[in-house]
Amino acid sequence: MDPRIIVVTSGKGGVGKTTTTANLAVALAKAGYKTAAVDGDIGLRNLDVVLGLENRIVFNLVDVVEGACKLQKAMVRDKRVENLFLLPAAQTRTKDAVSADQMLKLCDELRENFDITLIDSPAGIEQGFRNAAIGADEAIVVTTPEVSAVRDADRIIGMLESMSKSPIRLVLNRLRPAMVKSGDMIDVKDVLDILAIELIGVIPDDTSVVISTNKGEPLTLGDESLAAKAFSNVARRILGEEVPLLDLDAPDQKGFFGFLRKALGL
Amino acid sequence: MNFLARLFQMISKEKSKETAKKRLQLVLIHDRADISPEMMENLRRDLIGVISNYLDIEEEKIELDFSKEERSVALVANIPVKSVKRRTERRAEPA
Repeated sequence: MDPRIIVVTSGKGGVGKTTTTANLAVALAKAGYKTAAVDGDIGLRNLDVVLGLENRIVFNLVDVVEGACKLQKAMVRDKRVENLFLLPAAQTRTKDAVSADQMLKLCDELRENFDITLIDSPAGIEQGFRNAAIGADEAIVVTTPEVSAVRDADRIIGMLESMSKSPIRLVLNRLRPAMVKSGDMIDVKDVLDILAIELIGVIPDDTSVVISTNKGEPLTLGDESLAAKAFSNVARRILGEEVPLLDLDAPDQKGFFGFLRKALGL
Repeated sequence: MNFLARLFQMISKEKSKETAKKRLQLVLIHDRADISPEMMENLRRDLIGVISNYLDIEEEKIELDFSKEERSVALVANIPVKSVKRRTERRAEPA
């Protein structure tokens, strides 16, 4: 496989870019691919805490692009999973600390050293996003089934298209199947109709995500939850496998008693 | 959600999901065309001005909006015509 660089982005903040990046990075590394998780959010770094690697950071992305240290030296190796490395963002610098040219050069170097690189983009459509996306070949757009998030996703998709990223694929995060059923949440199909891009996965809204972030242990490390399974499936699809979408209905909504419970709204 | 709320929702006309979808589609048409409501109003006024030179139209019944397919957007105008002005009328106007 040729080395691949994928930017994970969304436009809107708080829809789960970093969680998605962390979980996919772990799953891809577990699948045997040498994986770099790059925090592209200079000044507001978060990927380190979501991955649980915040205590092991010495150097960061800005140090690398400024030539203060070698890429290998700045990459934090994850001891729980073989093949997984984090390039943290600088916390005490701003987005202006990195130029587009520097990012392109960094991406070339990442290509030489890793099978797959995931770049966690900052929210927004400004330079920070552009820097995160500029060196990537492909894009994963994360959105939630909310009007504001889908609207921003549309804007970002337009920008990614004009930057010739391909493929651009969608992760629909935090879907609540019960709400979809009752007609109070936009469905997968609605979102795809509106955004007209390829779907790469649907992640159910799951309390296990919050718990895993609390602990700094991405779900794909070994959690049994539905969300963990959904993230693993996205990773498999990235690797070209054909994996059917999960049945997201909670088990307690299946069968006769499930039907009764739903009918009574319990 | 309690039973009554559910029942009420079943009878009520539109689920919030449908409202969300419609609102999104509309807002995205404008986003994608990059046209503000103000610009839309100006466009409407200018269109009326130009068309009125040739046709007698019912201004208040004009429908002007975007329709979308995938990522492309079309401007659709429905302009009821009251009468067609006589050609001589137009020619008689000073150049």
